[in-house]
Amino acid sequence: MGLWKYFLKRGLVLFGVLMATLLLTVLLVGSNMDAILKKGVAIDVRTQIIENKKLVAGFANPNELNSYITNQIEERIKVLGLDEPWYSPNRIGLAMYKILVLDFGHSAFLTSDSGSTLVGDIILEKLPRTILLFTTATIIISTVGIFVGAMSGSKIGSKTDKITSSFAIISSSFPVWWIGLLMIFTFAFWYNIFPARATPLIPSTDSGYLVSLIYHMTLPIITIVMIGFGTWAYLVRNFMAGIMQEDFILVKKIIGVKQRKVIFGSALKNAAPPIITVLALSLSGSLGGAIITEAVFDWPGMGRLYFEAITLMDLPVIIGATYVLTVFFLISIFVSDLLYGYLDPRIKTG
Amino acid sequence: MDYSEIKSSFAKSRTGLIGLGILACLVIASIFAIIAIPVETYKNWNNPASWTEFPKSAQPIWVNWVSVKKIPEHMILDSHETVIIQNNVEKIAVQKFGVDYSYDYFPSEFLLNYKTEYSGSPVLHISVTRPDGVTLKLLSSSLPHSEHLTVYSDKIFSTNESIRKNLRLQKDVFSFPVQTKTAKEMIFAKSDNTEVLKGRYEFVVTLEGAEKLDSKFILGGKVFGIAGTDELRRDLAIGLLWGTPVALFIGIVVAIGSVISGLIFGVYSGYKGGLTDESMMRFNDVIYALPALPFLIILSVTTSNSVFLMIGFLMIFGWVGIAKVSRSMALQIKTRQFVDAAKIMGQKDMKIIFRHIIPQIIPYALASIAISVPAAITTEAGLSFLGLGDPTFPTWGQILHDAQSHGAAARGLWWWIVPPGIMVAITGLAFVFIGNALESKVNPKLRR
Repeated sequence: MGLWKYFLKRGLVLFGVLMATLLLTVLLVGSNMDAILKKGVAIDVRTQIIENKKLVAGFANPNELNSYITNQIEERIKVLGLDEPWYSPNRIGLAMYKILVLDFGHSAFLTSDSGSTLVGDIILEKLPRTILLFTTATIIISTVGIFVGAMSGSKIGSKTDKITSSFAIISSSFPVWWIGLLMIFTFAFWYNIFPARATPLIPSTDSGYLVSLIYHMTLPIITIVMIGFGTWAYLVRNFMAGIMQEDFILVKKIIGVKQRKVIFGSALKNAAPPIITVLALSLSGSLGGAIITEAVFDWPGMGRLYFEAITLMDLPVIIGATYVLTVFFLISIFVSDLLYGYLDPRIKTG
Repeated sequence: MDYSEIKSSFAKSRTGLIGLGILACLVIASIFAIIAIPVETYKNWNNPASWTEFPKSAQPIWVNWVSVKKIPEHMILDSHETVIIQNNVEKIAVQKFGVDYSYDYFPSEFLLNYKTEYSGSPVLHISVTRPDGVTLKLLSSSLPHSEHLTVYSDKIFSTNESIRKNLRLQKDVFSFPVQTKTAKEMIFAKSDNTEVLKGRYEFVVTLEGAEKLDSKFILGGKVFGIAGTDELRRDLAIGLLWGTPVALFIGIVVAIGSVISGLIFGVYSGYKGGLTDESMMRFNDVIYALPALPFLIILSVTTSNSVFLMIGFLMIFGWVGIAKVSRSMALQIKTRQFVDAAKIMGQKDMKIIFRHIIPQIIPYALASIAISVPAAITTEAGLSFLGLGDPTFPTWGQILHDAQSHGAAARGLWWWIVPPGIMVAITGLAFVFIGNALESKVNPKLRR
């Protein structure tokens, strides 16, 4: 039962985190959101009344019409409960509930490619692209990283190990987005092989869209892999280094099992739990780090959406995107917890 | 673990010493920046008015050392000497600007910025004596008439139409058609072909009928300073140099702040144990699971972009990992006999924590501080890159933000992109080297 208790505990903590995140977000943007909501209501009411020609014709002069509109707006605000201050528990609760059920409302400025202003629609449109880019990149990184890491971890102090370790340390201190700028400079400006902007110019309905998207994706992927795999290899190396000193590996080596089989069969299998944890975390972590990388490459995903929302101060979009990123992050933490519990027998016994 | 032991083993670590060396260079650069570059210059970084005399997107000056064809250097000449000549009618103020022009291209433009004090209607003459001895008259124009003593200032650009007209009147000097040529292409051209005439030019500004003349002559070029300039005409060397103390400050303050708070939090939680430990660790889990970057963005968007606030926010997300490790260290240390002894002697919890447990963890804390610095610097650079930096404290990240928003990468303005990133990376690398060297000595897990 130790396992279930462990999962329950983790699940509760993560739900707590989600709630805390939501509360914090709502508290932080509350006052600004309030102004936006009220403005939205005022515009709605005004257009409704003005479009109603019969009603407008009934007023003797513009002043009368204006005072009528103001009254109507105030009434609507009262009906919607916006007359309470934004920090009242009722409104915070309502706002949190709305976000929880993925009702983010309308964006203030941004629209999706198809023209929808619903924040949900915008995010649904951008999310697959981010997943496409970063999932591909993470899979390449982890495959290369695990392979290189296992090789260098099996022979600490060898040439491969020294090169990998120093590459890992050096590459980790370069910001990915800066390398991205350099890559754009080298391959888009200097050699003119790849486009500088990662957004395909042809419309998404075109049949060649996917090919164009993949072509535009190449430069960002190369950059992310180049910077990412060193750290990965270093991590795997450290896990492997410990395991390679264990007795059962020594025994396997002594009885003549082939080196490659020892490394990739026995040792890597034992290093799997922490590696999978890191994999799950880096998958979601890449979504957060994607904010800057996508801004550099102009990749039309979540990160650039976030960037644009910040520049335009489009609060509904910022809240929605933060929430989605948080949920992904928490899900991946939870999944990695599950996997860890499943793979590492020590958790089950508590 | 003994401090002298750490010191001696650190001295043996090559990477550690390299890191320390880089750090020393950065500190020297910071001190140099603070002393040599006035704070006002730095404070005016985002004020376009203070950079008007500088060239737009000029490459660093050392590009000329490697290229075969020399690119003209941007020169700002300030004449300190005004010669006053008294003839029988009036006083004449004369200023001269000598330029050694040995470049393979024409200058981009030139500009005379002058200020004078006069009454009456003085006449301004500009002429240039070329290396081949030819003197070209560029401009003669009278300043607006004034009865009283007035202060007058104006700018004369090389694109001025009357300069071109004057030069066309002197077309006999040139053996090639000058109709389509601009002023600079005539002044700096050889008389028999359209190539650049190298040598010493002397521009003479005379003002007949005035006693005061204060002028600046700017010869526009395409290279400037050791780091070049950006699209907004700012001297990048100033931004890069001043960015060093700011980055070091941000990195070190964030690292020290988060390590100390994480250390105290973790040790207290581990030492107390029980329900206190459990609840403190769950709180730790909550902060750990918060997505840092989106939150940092929301925080700086909604509150303010003050750099001190950002330092605080970075600390909030920085302490969790250290708290976890120091808790597990405290769990080990509290079972040791000297802690029991202190307890039996009746010492207070706080005293035991600060006197007996924390000193044991200090070496680890030092290594953690060094290792946390790069993360703080890159995160700050990242936030600034997104445009969330504090405009009163320009950083490397903000320079890169401006570069990005002007499309520097796609336009090939490498001197705007490469140096700031290298500075970020080098600073991070210095601390990573120091941290790794320290950690391999103080962390029992890594000791072999």
